[in-house]
Amino acid sequence: MVSFEPSEEQAMVKETIAGFANAEMEPVMRDCDEAGEVSDDLVKTGWELEIISSSVPEKYGGFGEGPSALTGAIAYEELAYGDLSTAMHIVSPTMMAYTVLLAGTDEQKERLLPAFCGEEFKAAGAALVEPRYSFCASQLFASAKREGEEFVLSGEKCLVPLAADSDEILVFASGEPGAGFAGVDAFVVPKGSLDLIISEREKNMGLKALATYEVTLKGVKVPLANKIGADEGVDYLNLLSRSRLALAALAVGMMKRAAEHSRDYAKERVAFGEPIGSRQAIAFMVAKMFLEVDATRMLVWEAAWKCDRGEEFANDAAMAKNYAACQAMEVCDGAVQVMGGHGYVRDNPPELWFRNARAFSTLEGIAMV
Amino acid sequence: MMIDFELSKKTKGAQTMIRAFSEQALRPIAREYDENEHERPMDIINMVHGFMKGGMGGGAGGERKKKGEKSEANLRTAVTIEEIFWGDAGIALAFGGEGLGGAAVRATGTPEQKEQFLTRFTGDTPVWGAMAITEPEAGSDTASLRTTAVKDGNEWVLNGEKIFVTSGKSALEDSDGFVVVWATIDPKAGRAGIKPFIVEHGAPGMEITKIEDKMGIRCSDTVSLSFMDCRIPEENILGSAEVADKGKSKGFKGVMATFDATRPMVAAMAIGVGRAALEYLKKTLADEGVVIRYGISPNRMTAIERDVTEMEANLKAARLLNWRAVWMLDTGQKNSLEASMAKAKAGLVVTQITQKCVELLGPIGYSREILLEKWMRDAKINDIFEGTGQIQMLITARNVLSFGRDKLK
Ligand SMILES: Cc1cc2nc3c(=O)[nH]c(=O)nc-3n(C[C@H](O)[C@H](O)[C@H](O)COP(=O)(O)OP(=O)(O)OC[C@H]3O[C@@H](n4cnc5c(N)ncnc54)[C@H](O)[C@@H]3O)c2cc1C
Ligand SMILES: Cc1cc2nc3c(=O)[nH]c(=O)nc-3n(C[C@H](O)[C@H](O)[C@H](O)COP(=O)(O)OP(=O)(O)OC[C@H]3O[C@@H](n4cnc5c(N)ncnc54)[C@H](O)[C@@H]3O)c2cc1C
Repeated sequence: MVSFEPSEEQAMVKETIAGFANAEMEPVMRDCDEAGEVSDDLVKTGWELEIISSSVPEKYGGFGEGPSALTGAIAYEELAYGDLSTAMHIVSPTMMAYTVLLAGTDEQKERLLPAFCGEEFKAAGAALVEPRYSFCASQLFASAKREGEEFVLSGEKCLVPLAADSDEILVFASGEPGAGFAGVDAFVVPKGSLDLIISEREKNMGLKALATYEVTLKGVKVPLANKIGADEGVDYLNLLSRSRLALAALAVGMMKRAAEHSRDYAKERVAFGEPIGSRQAIAFMVAKMFLEVDATRMLVWEAAWKCDRGEEFANDAAMAKNYAACQAMEVCDGAVQVMGGHGYVRDNPPELWFRNARAFSTLEGIAMV
Repeated sequence: MMIDFELSKKTKGAQTMIRAFSEQALRPIAREYDENEHERPMDIINMVHGFMKGGMGGGAGGERKKKGEKSEANLRTAVTIEEIFWGDAGIALAFGGEGLGGAAVRATGTPEQKEQFLTRFTGDTPVWGAMAITEPEAGSDTASLRTTAVKDGNEWVLNGEKIFVTSGKSALEDSDGFVVVWATIDPKAGRAGIKPFIVEHGAPGMEITKIEDKMGIRCSDTVSLSFMDCRIPEENILGSAEVADKGKSKGFKGVMATFDATRPMVAAMAIGVGRAALEYLKKTLADEGVVIRYGISPNRMTAIERDVTEMEANLKAARLLNWRAVWMLDTGQKNSLEASMAKAKAGLVVTQITQKCVELLGPIGYSREILLEKWMRDAKINDIFEGTGQIQMLITARNVLSFGRDKLK
């Protein structure tokens, strides 16, 4: 029967994370952005939310039964309500952990998962996006060729989070050029090879506190055992879709924060003898923000619900993500506009949300639900 | 509880049945009853009455549950409405049943009044209920309506003019129906003085003065009513006759309560029409070998891929927002904000979707040989009646900002 009420467990997750996001993340959001660094303390506290270990089964070190996309979406929304960069840093390791969990062989799960269930934050990120204007997630140029007992990986990647701090990077590469989604596989690439070059930190418009890197693979050799899922490989479209839901859920959280900020400002700021929110030009903009936050969340929830039931959800996830990317930009643009000149200066958060929002249409593979 | 998007078996059953009916019975005659305005397919209307007996759209908002109770009655109504309007909006609006008049009785009447006025809809022949708020000088601003009701002995005497009354002719001329007329018993009292009255077919002093010719939903009659010393029995006032303190008066608040329940149903109508257009577009594209690549990155999409996936997402977002508003109704939660959001979104997106579909199919889209152009004309009404898109945004904004009418005009 149709219901929009989260389960008790989801309500608890939501409340816990909302508390953390409000009390700890949001107050330092601006400082992190200016410094270009997340706060180690926050990452530590974020890790203690046990997002990954609560999804990993006991035999691999956790205490869960696999990730729930819906619960993940609820959690990520709350995290991003606090600060998007910090949220992405905290959940970036899900890309590798969940890929292994969902598609890995038993041996890979035993070998790789326990590290994601420890007390210490385990830095890890995925290399998916490639530095081309024509980049498309369905056509990866990075290639993987089998040579004897090894795979040889070549290509260029960008927007790889936490690459410098990670012991391994999860690289998505195409074994079969032209095969689209079906031809893509995932490889665990340990650091240390001279053929693996990690750039200086990227300089992006927004998400300044999130450390991302360009990664160049010049024929990096990895053992066969590092291809996730061995001969079966991974269901790349499924993983990509889960990661799209993660991004969409993160977008909802930031949009919600921006909408609430605009509402509060519109009630307080007086121009022409009235609160600016007393004029429809502003009031309708704020109303639309709230409407679209809800609309986007509904799209995310429905796709996540399908994902959890094992139904086909790739198209729904893609639509939810594109919708979220579009609305995030519109809502955050609105948040700047509602503040007028005050929205343009860095004393106030809207300009930061505005720069962050633009990322969603570009990003893929930052985290997974 | 748990987040769940799966309709109950019963609702799915109804959905499947109505879809088949829409496809087999409504689509084939949709054009005919668009071209021949003011005519109605009585055989279909009678048949539908036979199996619905006043249920359907008429039951909109009828099922108000106590908080926490589990029911899907309103959602089932919304889902079936989407299916019928997918078939044809004009004919669907012409079906017999309580309509908005019944919804008003349910929202504002006493138990005895509900018994007295609603039983007629379950008889053997179709009966129509209508509701008249709008006046020439009072549309969105319903509270400024001027029709008056004055007590004279054991009767109310109504004077004034109403326009755009959906199914007014059906209710008053073609069946033993009634129209719920909103009138003021104390013009100085503002909203608190506005009350709903049941005016029966054949009431002396009431006259149908005009039947509108319209852009779309042509099978549905829309009439003007004039009231000249129209006398109705004292007990035909719905709820109390007190110009009571705000908290107790169900009068004007009754309109709002009605809207909370009916707006999602209008949103469902809109979504049905929008879906018809989008499905037609997608099928035509598929037949022409145009493939929509959903999962590719947005920067690589063709214009048509972008349009189609955007429209799909918008339509789904509207439907889900609406399901939420109806779910709140089913579970006894206050839903004015959510109902307005849903109607605002649905009215706007289906207006845009139908227009876009016509555009994308070029000369085929514009041709009266197929139904697409009709859906574009039909869709537009959803952004107007039951509160225009702007009024929905106004209600949403007032809720969001916690601004009353005084602070946000
Ligand atoms: C980089 C920068 C450079 C600038 N340079 C100069 C300069 O050289 N000299 C100078 O004097 N000023 C300057 N300004 C100030 C600029 O002109 C103002 O910021 C601008 O006029 C808006 O005023 P405000 O910021 O107070 O916004 P507000 O007036 O508070 O407006 C807030 C929001 O409410 C809306 N709003 C306000 N009133 C109404 C209404 N009646 N109806 C509908 N909407 C309304 C606005 O459009 C805006 O969206 C500068 C600002 C910036 C950011
Ligand atoms: C086919 C049809 C069937 C109908 N059926 C019924 C029925 O059964 N019963 C009934 O009572 N009525 C019915 N109506 C009337 C309908 O509800 C009204 O037309 C509608 O509420 C708008 O009122 P109006 O036409 O007077 O427009 P106005 O109120 O004059 O509005 C004109 C424009 O101004 C905008 N506007 C008005 N006020 C504001 C504001 N405060 N802020 C911003 N914008 C504003 C409106 O959105 C609109 O765009 C029907 C209408 C049609 C066309």
